[in-house]
Amino acid sequence: MTTVSELFDPGAVAAAATDAILGSTLHGDARGVVVDSPPGAGKSTLVVRAALELADAGRPLMVVAQTNAQVDDLVLRLAEKNPELPVGRLHSSDADAYDKALDELPNVRKSAKAAELAGLPITISTAAKWAHVKVDEPWEHAIVDEAYQMRSDSLLAVAGLFRRALFVGDPGQLDPFAIVGSEQWAGLSYDPSASAVTTLLAHNPELPQHRLPVSWRLPASAAPLVSAAFYPYTPFRSGTDHGDRALSFAIPSDGSGPDRVIDEAAESGWGLLELPARHTPRTDPEAVRAVATVVRRLLDRGGAATSERSPDPSPLTADRVAVGTAHRDQAAAIRAALADLGVTDVTVDTANRLQGREYDVTVVLHPLSGRPDATAFHLETGRLCVLASRHRHACIVVCRAGVGDLLDDYPSTEPVQLGTVVKFPDGWEANHAVLAHLAEHRVVWQP
Amino acid sequence: MPLPRTRGTALRQQLAELRGPDVPAKALDARALAALAANPGCRRRAILDGAGVNKATLASALGSPSAFGQSQFALTRGNAFEAKVKADGGAELLRLVHEKLDRHAEPPVDARVPDLTAIGPEGRTARTALALREATEAYGAWTLLDHPMLALDVAGSPAFLEPDAVVVHPDGGWTVVEIKSFPMLDGSADPAKVGAAARQAAVYVLALEEVAARITVADVPAPEVGHQVLLVCPKDFSNLPTASAVDVRKQRAVTRRQLARLTRIQDIADALPEGTCFDPARPAEELTSAVESVPATYAPECLSACELAFHCRDRSRAAGAVTSLGRSVRAELGALTTVPDVLAAARGEAGDAADPTVAALRRAATLRAEALGAAACR
Amino acid sequence: MSLISTLARLEAVSTGRAQPAATVRHRHLAGRPLVFVPLTTAGEAGAPLGALVGTDRDAPRLLVVPQPRDRDLRFQFLAELADVVLPYVDSYAEAVEAAERNETDPETGKRVKVEVELCADAPQLIVPSRAGIDFVRLLGRSMRFRRTAEQDPEAPHPAPPRVPLLGRWLTHFGERARVPGSALLLAATELLSRHWATGQSTLEDQHLGALLAWIDPPAGMTGAEAAHAAELARDAKGQLLHPPAGPATDPAFDNKLLAPALERYDRARTALAAAEDGLEADERLGELTAAERAIRDLVESRTRPTWDAVWRGLDLLRELPEGARVEERWTRDRWSFTSHRDRITAGEPPQPRRDDAVTAANKLATREREQARLEAQEALDDPLVMAGRRLSGEAFAGEVTDVVMTYSEGKRPSPRPLVTLRTDDRPHLGERVKVYRSLGGKPQSAEFVGHDGDGVVLRILDKMGRGKEPEPGSVPEKGDRLCFTLFEHEQRGGAKLPDPENTPWTHGGPPGEAPHEAADPLTAEDVL
Repeated sequence: MTTVSELFDPGAVAAAATDAILGSTLHGDARGVVVDSPPGAGKSTLVVRAALELADAGRPLMVVAQTNAQVDDLVLRLAEKNPELPVGRLHSSDADAYDKALDELPNVRKSAKAAELAGLPITISTAAKWAHVKVDEPWEHAIVDEAYQMRSDSLLAVAGLFRRALFVGDPGQLDPFAIVGSEQWAGLSYDPSASAVTTLLAHNPELPQHRLPVSWRLPASAAPLVSAAFYPYTPFRSGTDHGDRALSFAIPSDGSGPDRVIDEAAESGWGLLELPARHTPRTDPEAVRAVATVVRRLLDRGGAATSERSPDPSPLTADRVAVGTAHRDQAAAIRAALADLGVTDVTVDTANRLQGREYDVTVVLHPLSGRPDATAFHLETGRLCVLASRHRHACIVVCRAGVGDLLDDYPSTEPVQLGTVVKFPDGWEANHAVLAHLAEHRVVWQP
Repeated sequence: MPLPRTRGTALRQQLAELRGPDVPAKALDARALAALAANPGCRRRAILDGAGVNKATLASALGSPSAFGQSQFALTRGNAFEAKVKADGGAELLRLVHEKLDRHAEPPVDARVPDLTAIGPEGRTARTALALREATEAYGAWTLLDHPMLALDVAGSPAFLEPDAVVVHPDGGWTVVEIKSFPMLDGSADPAKVGAAARQAAVYVLALEEVAARITVADVPAPEVGHQVLLVCPKDFSNLPTASAVDVRKQRAVTRRQLARLTRIQDIADALPEGTCFDPARPAEELTSAVESVPATYAPECLSACELAFHCRDRSRAAGAVTSLGRSVRAELGALTTVPDVLAAARGEAGDAADPTVAALRRAATLRAEALGAAACR
Repeated sequence: MSLISTLARLEAVSTGRAQPAATVRHRHLAGRPLVFVPLTTAGEAGAPLGALVGTDRDAPRLLVVPQPRDRDLRFQFLAELADVVLPYVDSYAEAVEAAERNETDPETGKRVKVEVELCADAPQLIVPSRAGIDFVRLLGRSMRFRRTAEQDPEAPHPAPPRVPLLGRWLTHFGERARVPGSALLLAATELLSRHWATGQSTLEDQHLGALLAWIDPPAGMTGAEAAHAAELARDAKGQLLHPPAGPATDPAFDNKLLAPALERYDRARTALAAAEDGLEADERLGELTAAERAIRDLVESRTRPTWDAVWRGLDLLRELPEGARVEERWTRDRWSFTSHRDRITAGEPPQPRRDDAVTAANKLATREREQARLEAQEALDDPLVMAGRRLSGEAFAGEVTDVVMTYSEGKRPSPRPLVTLRTDDRPHLGERVKVYRSLGGKPQSAEFVGHDGDGVVLRILDKMGRGKEPEPGSVPEKGDRLCFTLFEHEQRGGAKLPDPENTPWTHGGPPGEAPHEAADPLTAEDVL
């Protein structure tokens, strides 16, 4: 019998989606096109391809990204695809305003003044820098990258610079926020603290909306969970199937908790290293040490990753592993603990900074581990989504027991603003969904 | 031969004993059910609510009366407003439902307003269910159910709930209408009050979904209960009604989970010492120890959500619990939970300096002392 | 909540007295603030019951609505309120000083300096609590669209011109109060809880009586006991000994005292209307006056304790020295006051019901900038606040142990001294992270070079003059105790947003005609 999954050709489905998006962008008559892209669905590839095709079509293009790192990354990717194409990198007047790697690219012109980049087929900068640019004649086209992480007011500041735009982003990651209250504007279609896409669609509901349906990053073991928990109304699939990827270790398990959870994760894609229930400060020393030990063992055991990318296994090196936390002090504590174990080149960062990044294996300190209370910050859906969707092979979560009770005891008496759209999924539900799944891959360990 | 006691009836008997002989159970209304979500970790509140204990009376008997009360001005105003909204067979109310939730339907004229009077809550519940069924069958017509009565199973006992109104649309769908007397000013309203109204309405939606599941009209699927409820409030500074649709899916999910968790009442009841009784007629001392035999998780938010809060606050403060200063205070204190323990650790009198909580406390204490010292010699 | 403030609260619990949460006063206090203690009627939006208002603590003006459901009496209250507030506001509108402001020249598009007026001082409104600030906004909203007889001769219940004017001012005060660090409209509870940490939760701190009880308990009582009494103690008739600071009243007061008094007043009014001759009318007028007097007494009895508490709180706050940068923020309030004065003088319409997209974005940007400014300035003004930033790794203090002079590369080498600072703090320093210290009130920047034992090595980057040799005093010296921050001391201006008439298509633009902000329609019934 033929199953649905055998009929599903991820490459074809994804290509069809991309063609439709490029069709809308290049030949459609809507002023805007919105593309939702789940984790690892090829957003950057799409942005680069759309940019090149727009440039080919002779349409002057501006690209808006949210951080300098994202801008530099796009410039590098464009140059890699088409080294001949002149690209303008508009940057701030601060020192170290852009990645020095751009200096190696002959066709990339850099300037802090937009006028000096006039006439180039593509100009790229951050939303913050674009906001200071004044032009008489707007760009024919714009691409707005990470549009769900851009605030409505920052789109307001740049929207006058272009006639039409392609908005690309991941609705499941962390929402933009304001450091002061903005309740006064809640329910207004142009609430300045809302995401740029929310405002755009509230005013232009007729705009074509597309979705990239296939995650090429997340393995078959992760896509269903991440899709169900964080994208309940816009499901996506993994581009690879069970068995397409494998993670193996040359050195067998020593029977310790960290080794057992590594084996569990290598086998199933997920691992939960559960420490005894206890209320701890954020930088729980046992949990921090447990994370560091797992990382040390991952590197020591001679890991090798096989995937659809190449028939030969590639070694699991430090640059293919990352640690994710909720708070900066936790990241600092884990870096220190790793340094004590002689590991210095593994990325350790907060969810905010891991957005958009990809690794073979991630080790996550659960945001609610050891906490006496859950808060809205820790329950934020986007935070857990980012942490649980950075990996190509496996994700290992370190957590103290008792998070389930903590969630159950969480008071839910949120205020409700009239006229605002309820955001789904709810952080509570998403946390429970992930926790329930992790429980099937639990290794209980008393360090 | 007596029937074997099921677990359900055994629990009911057990809860009645907790309440005290001859003390009628305080019916749980939607507001009380919605409040379950305010502090779901509190076992004391769970057992008292589950047993139908009147917490206000209990609080007075304990010597820490609750400070809740309602001004007659607010009451009068609320009643007058509701009457105005429902005047003329609910014409204005139905107009608002049509405008805000069902624009494509025929405008409501000559809506049906069935008589729902019956004897006793069970009778009214049955009458409501019948009216709902008839209304759902009456395709193409609008029906307004004014103060229907719904039953919801709460830990084995029925709770009777009385929404302000339920509207049955021409397509057979049902909508909960909540009428409140706080204003919608330029389209927005106090978010805390809207939140409370949404949680309350979510309880009605759950109860209606149970009714809907029991109704099958000519083999078609059960009628749909809208997850958008209509909140009707006075507009700006007038007494003219205006309305807004409120999506209560989140609140419904929360309440459903909390109701499911109420089954743990059995476990809490089983853990109580033999003979525990919350009858307010008992001596205060006995009552205090009865109440103390169930752990509470007091936090300052309880003050606006629970009649027993002042009693629990006194106890929590007497025990030196840091949570009495706010839930967030505990966030950085790790395993330390009392004021003396935290201060002792901060002063270097107790605790292991290698414990990051203790180390951070000592650093905080040093920095604080240094800053105050610097200010003092300025 | 930072551990430092947590510790302060715990110390308050154990000592029975509030502990300092600041060592200086972080908000400007006017020499002659206007205190406003309003009461409202339960269940009715914008139906005031009465108020105490004024600048003289010994002689507040008592305003009362003897029947809050009577529209004419409510309107009369608002007119009387305007009689007190507007002369106070106006008294600050005239004394001005010359100032300069950057404006964009409409012809050249260049930024130019223009001479403008800046009011030498500004009015300051103090209400008891945060709910009082909301009530000020509500009153502002209820009044600013009222129509005067001149605007609309046919209007029923025309408002005297000062009523919509007061509405616009209260709206302005209410909006300004949303700007972090502003001081045109302040709540006593927020002022006090900013400066003292009590042994209760922040929720309980919103009760002015309880908050003051912790800060300044009566002799022989602990803060906890005094706060408990302030919250809950009742007399034999069940009335609270310390009435709530409002604007909401205690239900027991409404039901047992106010309701009968209002009924008596209504009866007396009906009787007076039915009087058949002068003699009878005189007698019944006497009863009406007495009934009104009784309500006035009730309102005064519920507002006076709060009035006194607000002034007591101001006394306590005045004992703290003002922070060094408070004056600068007050100047921003003076700008805000001056520009609203100018808008009114120019005959601009009242503030709209809802902000347009551009106004909302501009306000949010301003408030975020002011929040960052406030956080930086409070830390620079107050070692206790800085201690919190040091604890969280955003600042570090220590002693200079070494200074090595180096120079920048290039044609004109500039001084780039390397400074080693020994510190016990643990700042979150990464490669080339910029840090700042205050040098003569101006920020001097440095960048992180590396660690040297317990020392942090920094390279000083600016504020050393133009020459090859740094100006005297501009380079730290061995033995200096310095404090560097990872946060900037001054805030950059944000991007210029389009004018509202150029709102882009993404935000619903371009807009059509500005919506006409009509008055709230009056309903047929007199009562609400």
